[in-house]
Amino acid sequence: MAPVDKSKVPWWVSNLIVPLVNLTLALLVSGLFIFIAGENPYEAVRLIIYGSFGYIEGFAYTLYYTTNFVFTGLAFAVAFHCRLFNIGGEGQAYIGGLGVFLVAINFSFLPVPIVWLLSIAGAVVFGAAWAFIPAYLQATRGSHVVITTIMFNFIAASLMVFLLVDVIRDTAQMGPHTVALPKEQWFPSFKDFAGLFGIKIRYSPLNISFLLAIAASVFVWFLVWKTRWGYEMRAVGHNTQAAIYAGISPYKNIIIAMCISGGLAGLLGVNEILGVHHKIVAGFPAGYGFTGIAVALMGRNHPIGIFPAAFLFGILYQGGSEVTFDMPNITRYMFVAVQGVIILFSGALENLFRPQIESFFVNRLNIKASA
Amino acid sequence: MVSPILELTNINKSFGHVHANKNINLTINKGTIHGIIGENGAGKSTLMSIVFGLYQANSGTIKVNGKEINLRSPKDSIINGIGMVHQHFMLVENFTVLENIILGFEGELVFGKNLEKAKKDLKDLCDTYKLNIDLNSTISDLSVGFRQRVEILKSLYRGAEILILDEPTGVLTPQEVDELFKILRSLKEEGKTIVLITHKLIEIMDLTSEVSVMRQGEMVGHTKTENTNKEQLAEMMVGRSVLLRLDKSEVKAGEVLFSVKNLTVKDDLDVTRVKNVDLEIRAGEILGLAGVTGNGQTELLEALSGIRKVESGEIYLEGKKVSDSQNFLDPRELKDKGLAHVPEDRQRMGLVTDFKAYENLIFGYHDQQPFSKSSVLNHRDIISHSKKIMEEYDVRPQSPNLITSNFSGGNQQKIILSRELNENPKVLLVGQPTRGVDIGAIEFIHQRLIDMRDRGAAILLVSVELDEVLSLSDRIVVMFDGKIVGEKDNKNVTDRELGLLMAGVV
Repeated sequence: MAPVDKSKVPWWVSNLIVPLVNLTLALLVSGLFIFIAGENPYEAVRLIIYGSFGYIEGFAYTLYYTTNFVFTGLAFAVAFHCRLFNIGGEGQAYIGGLGVFLVAINFSFLPVPIVWLLSIAGAVVFGAAWAFIPAYLQATRGSHVVITTIMFNFIAASLMVFLLVDVIRDTAQMGPHTVALPKEQWFPSFKDFAGLFGIKIRYSPLNISFLLAIAASVFVWFLVWKTRWGYEMRAVGHNTQAAIYAGISPYKNIIIAMCISGGLAGLLGVNEILGVHHKIVAGFPAGYGFTGIAVALMGRNHPIGIFPAAFLFGILYQGGSEVTFDMPNITRYMFVAVQGVIILFSGALENLFRPQIESFFVNRLNIKASA
Repeated sequence: MVSPILELTNINKSFGHVHANKNINLTINKGTIHGIIGENGAGKSTLMSIVFGLYQANSGTIKVNGKEINLRSPKDSIINGIGMVHQHFMLVENFTVLENIILGFEGELVFGKNLEKAKKDLKDLCDTYKLNIDLNSTISDLSVGFRQRVEILKSLYRGAEILILDEPTGVLTPQEVDELFKILRSLKEEGKTIVLITHKLIEIMDLTSEVSVMRQGEMVGHTKTENTNKEQLAEMMVGRSVLLRLDKSEVKAGEVLFSVKNLTVKDDLDVTRVKNVDLEIRAGEILGLAGVTGNGQTELLEALSGIRKVESGEIYLEGKKVSDSQNFLDPRELKDKGLAHVPEDRQRMGLVTDFKAYENLIFGYHDQQPFSKSSVLNHRDIISHSKKIMEEYDVRPQSPNLITSNFSGGNQQKIILSRELNENPKVLLVGQPTRGVDIGAIEFIHQRLIDMRDRGAAILLVSVELDEVLSLSDRIVVMFDGKIVGEKDNKNVTDRELGLLMAGVV
């Protein structure tokens, strides 16, 4: 089949129709899984939609998951613009959480809004520092970040277990977690906001970190496309030789891109620590760092794409847990498989049907134009 | 008794908004050498890629020996006796000649009988056409000229009756070109048909019996070579008369602006590629550096522009030392001191092809006012600057927002040149300024370089095109095996003399 002329493909075909077709296919295949497991796929879809949109707390949960995916998705995307495959979001988020907690607990004498700002800075600095080491090794020694960042996920996990067991554990408790932060430092939750308007709802983890996610998206868009830094990062990513020729240092930009990436991943710690747990709980990143890779790929590494992709994964997380409650044959792992299928279709097999779909639309539009 | 072996009727092919081939009709007679000439971007390579089955035409028919055929892939073409030698050779470097030729046509799981037969057949072919190739040598040990012969042999072995050569002389020394022409003539005598794609008029006049001229995707003329001349062909190619030699004023060389003393440079594999080179370029002169690709020119340019580390020796800009083995200025610092560099390979180094045109037009100058202010890019000024500069340098299409890879080679080159020349550098290093650029643009680019020289810039021109070196330079040095093997004043030098120097013969 002849290659499709890219310049003739309308943007909405390649950026909307193609992802939607891929998503639909993924859902059909997932439906097949559910059917084989002995449950009704239609019922499962209904439960997903009900679970994620059907009642206010469910929707709040969806947005809470979205918040985490936005952070880790943006983190991956920034590094990817410099062609760095940062799969260490998980570890960077974990260490970022440590930063949040240490700042919040040590600066509790300051006014709360200042503590918040400092904690956010702490998350960014700690996350960035954790990304800096692989970045430095990549820039100076050529050690591939894919290898080093995944190693650093393990190191971060071990380090945190060590700290949570032996150093900063809440000695009054048995579990591997720290003491709780003072109550006034907790981020206002969605429940609190609703309460202000006299609406009584039950608990959900959604909190003002969601606004931080929106701000982070705007920041990434501005950074990558509107600043000299983003320009240089993209130049290094697309053509390192040319960057060197133009006097742009790949060394510097690899480190900058990775540190910004790590800092964004660290923001996940803000949502989890200030917004939800109010203390460090072992294993709080819970795989968001990895799912962020899929979110970024599905969102084509652009904030405008990452946000809806994060929302979609939010729906799946929240709707999925609803399904596992109501359908005894569907375990939590089934939904990991469903996510896997979505990642497969929208990431790895992204271009499977692209030529067909694009040429279909190009031909249709040509016919229309000539008619 | 001329009978057509290949007939193309109403071939059309478009890539996006570019109509690369418009209603092409072409008849090629058996046993002839048929030249197809045209500017770069005229659609020659596209047309031949269609004939070889790499692209499919949007419409039109192809007949071989009077029979209509349907070409969906190169395999179909090979079956129909069409072979092609590409501009960039399709050989596996660490395989032997024999292994390369039978690749895909091994015919047996464990080598034995078929391999022996293939060996014999290949020997016969080599003898018939005097190819003189050792089947057991490894490709990486062979010179470019020999690699090309391997490609020819490969096509012949696969039963090619029609052999298409795409710009076959671009990478050869004059002596190698002579050898190639001998082989092509003997192929013709044995009844093979040869289609020669080129933009070099001399080759057409030397070799072909018939010639077809393409311009902007259309076939604008067919003629017997004996009934035409270079000037006429050139006019058909560009649609107007062109000056083949440049008008330029006498050199008014001033003080030495740029000099290199005893420079040695190593490549990435730690091989010494530039050996004790001395150069001096004065204000208002163009120093031409001729040489066959791969004799150290690339590494020299990279060292001079601050991209590559200097192993030993010194580089001086306006009498001040800028680089030696201990300290060297990076490309950005050299730019600030008035040294601009148009790299040899525009896509590998000069441009980020995935960037939009305006992003490339400020590339390397993006951190300067007014393009960026405290690290934020000033979009409006960049766009207005881009529009201005694209108009001045006639970059087509004039759309700053178009992705750079959608521009033709010549226009990509103009993007780089406009960017670098716009800064009015004192010293300009230019590598292959017109590689893959059409004649109209070549003329334009050459004129700009002459203008720069007349304004007092010191220019180092590195080119594998002897014509270009001869028509632009005031002085010429020849590089062979990393050393400067000769220096000539450009008044009394012939391309033969330079060719011998380039080949390292004298």
